[in-house]
Amino acid sequence: MNINEKLATLKYNKDKESHLAVDNDVCMRCNEKVCTYICPANVYEWNEEKCIMTIRYENCLECGACKIACDKKNIIWRYPNCEYGVKYKNG
Amino acid sequence: MENNKVEVIVVGAGPAGVSAAITLARAGKEVLLIERGDCAGDKNIFGGTIYAKQTAEIFPKFWLTGPIERAITEQKIFLLTDYNSTQFSYKYSSKGAYKAFTVNRAKWDKWCCNQAEKEGAYYAPKTLVKELILKDGKVIGIRTEFEEFYSDIVIIADGVNSLLAKQIGLRKDIKDTDVSLSVKEVIKINKEKLEDRFNVDEEDGCACKILGGPLKDKFALGFMYTNKDTISIGYSISLDEIKKYKIKPYELLDELKAHPTISAYIKDGETIEYSSHLIPEGGYKAIPKLYDNGVMIVGDAAMLVNNVHFEGTNLAMLSGKIAAETAIEAINSKDFSASSLSKYYTKLKESIVIKDLKTHKNTIEIIKKNIHTLSSIYPETACEFIEILTEADGIEKKVKYRKFLKDIIKKGVITSSIPLAILAMEKCLKR
Ligand SMILES: Cc1cc2nc3c(=O)[nH]c(=O)nc-3n(C[C@H](O)[C@H](O)[C@H](O)COP(=O)(O)OP(=O)(O)OC[C@H]3O[C@@H](n4cnc5c(N)ncnc54)[C@H](O)[C@@H]3O)c2cc1C
Ligand code: SF4
Ligand code: SF4
Repeated sequence: MNINEKLATLKYNKDKESHLAVDNDVCMRCNEKVCTYICPANVYEWNEEKCIMTIRYENCLECGACKIACDKKNIIWRYPNCEYGVKYKNG
Repeated sequence: MENNKVEVIVVGAGPAGVSAAITLARAGKEVLLIERGDCAGDKNIFGGTIYAKQTAEIFPKFWLTGPIERAITEQKIFLLTDYNSTQFSYKYSSKGAYKAFTVNRAKWDKWCCNQAEKEGAYYAPKTLVKELILKDGKVIGIRTEFEEFYSDIVIIADGVNSLLAKQIGLRKDIKDTDVSLSVKEVIKINKEKLEDRFNVDEEDGCACKILGGPLKDKFALGFMYTNKDTISIGYSISLDEIKKYKIKPYELLDELKAHPTISAYIKDGETIEYSSHLIPEGGYKAIPKLYDNGVMIVGDAAMLVNNVHFEGTNLAMLSGKIAAETAIEAINSKDFSASSLSKYYTKLKESIVIKDLKTHKNTIEIIKKNIHTLSSIYPETACEFIEILTEADGIEKKVKYRKFLKDIIKKGVITSSIPLAILAMEKCLKR
């Protein structure tokens, strides 16, 4: 079962604006790019061509792992505004 | 509630916050319980089991009316090798003396909140607390997206990421060695099939811990829990280990699900929910200062989880209760200063919350150092031993015994691990 199928089991209320942000210049100099594999929802993807981080914030599970794992402390992290984000039914 | 002012505001309606709010409401204090989810539980997941005795201290006889899934009557440990497994099980009768129950947090947290509301707490779901309001070095209220609320005391129960404790400097950035990440799937399965596979009666259930297999050599622990007609399966792993091995958490979960022993339990099931959450893992050494002028921190926000014994909800509820009792005394004496609220920490130290965490202050480190022995060598040795006992293959027994003994000496099972485990215990007890 791939990650997209896993995420498809979830109920989200998608916000128009992202609750996550990074400084792309810092990411450019980051060799590890931990966020691109540690995230359980595969939210981060580095776009080599444009040198920007694609952030699929609408898939975020609000766990907080990326914020702690990024050694450069480059992730501006907050909870989605109320009524938005993931909604578990079987936690 | 007059002018948006109450005696106590509790932020977060998980086990810690609800326990604090209901304790205050029962004492006739004015308390506002705030939760960011549309309903309490919407944002929460766990393994898992709640513990009967400690939960009943807040919600007496909750199993009669609360939304429980199954009463645990078997605790099972799976030691996996790459393809095989040895299993230990402790089975007991639940009749009359329940020990633990599986629950679905979406339903359970909601029910708990309803109880707090019935007992007189104000409850505000769909409300995100953005920050604490401070005046003259004292916490005097909270700011949401839309308005402000004031109180004599704020109890912070906002979970492991506690942005609020961080705002006032009581918590620093979490270290990646002090938390683990969990991923989990809830798998729907025919009820009779579930009961057959786990060999449990109707309404009874099984709690499983999983070591080794795809998780071997990593500081990771798998779990399986039986609910009414679903199985919760997942694992937790230290954040620093994910970094070290560059693991994609969901891929490792699929490997665990595909292990022959595990896949037999979940086959033909349909995954109805995937989820993820952090667990505090730093133990005693990671506990921050838990109070200041007008404020106390409880539950996961205070990092009060005993990972060695899989205890979180019980410590959350107990810390919430003790903080509420401290708040009641403070309200009665009209003293909300840090020195008045320091009684919370004094009482917490006298309770099992801090006592148990202190007992285990070095245990996680010791387990981490010996993870190869625990998650690789033990499962292999256990499986080999049972194979020797049971396999008739024409090879002389003496030859097999010799090889087995030689192997375990070489691997250090006898010379290092067992004495090490005893040493670890002794170290704990010495303190
Ligand atoms: C995979 C997994 C398995 C576990 N298994 C077990 C187990 O078997 N047994 C056990 O006892 N424990 C287990 N635990 C631990 C247990 O779940 C936690 O210790 C417990 O939930 C902590 O309770 P809490 O109230 O402190 O925090 P939480 O349950 O996290 O509740 C915090 C609440 O605060 C809300 N919130 C956060 N920020 C804000 C804000 N700014 N404004 C408003 N609301 C906010 C959240 O939405 C949430 O409802 C497990 C945990 C995980 C992740
Ligand atoms: S780990 Fe941090 S700095 Fe590195 S790429 Fe990700 S967000 Fe950028
Ligand atoms: S909070 Fe968790 S799910 Fe959301 S982006 Fe960060 S790591 Fe991914």
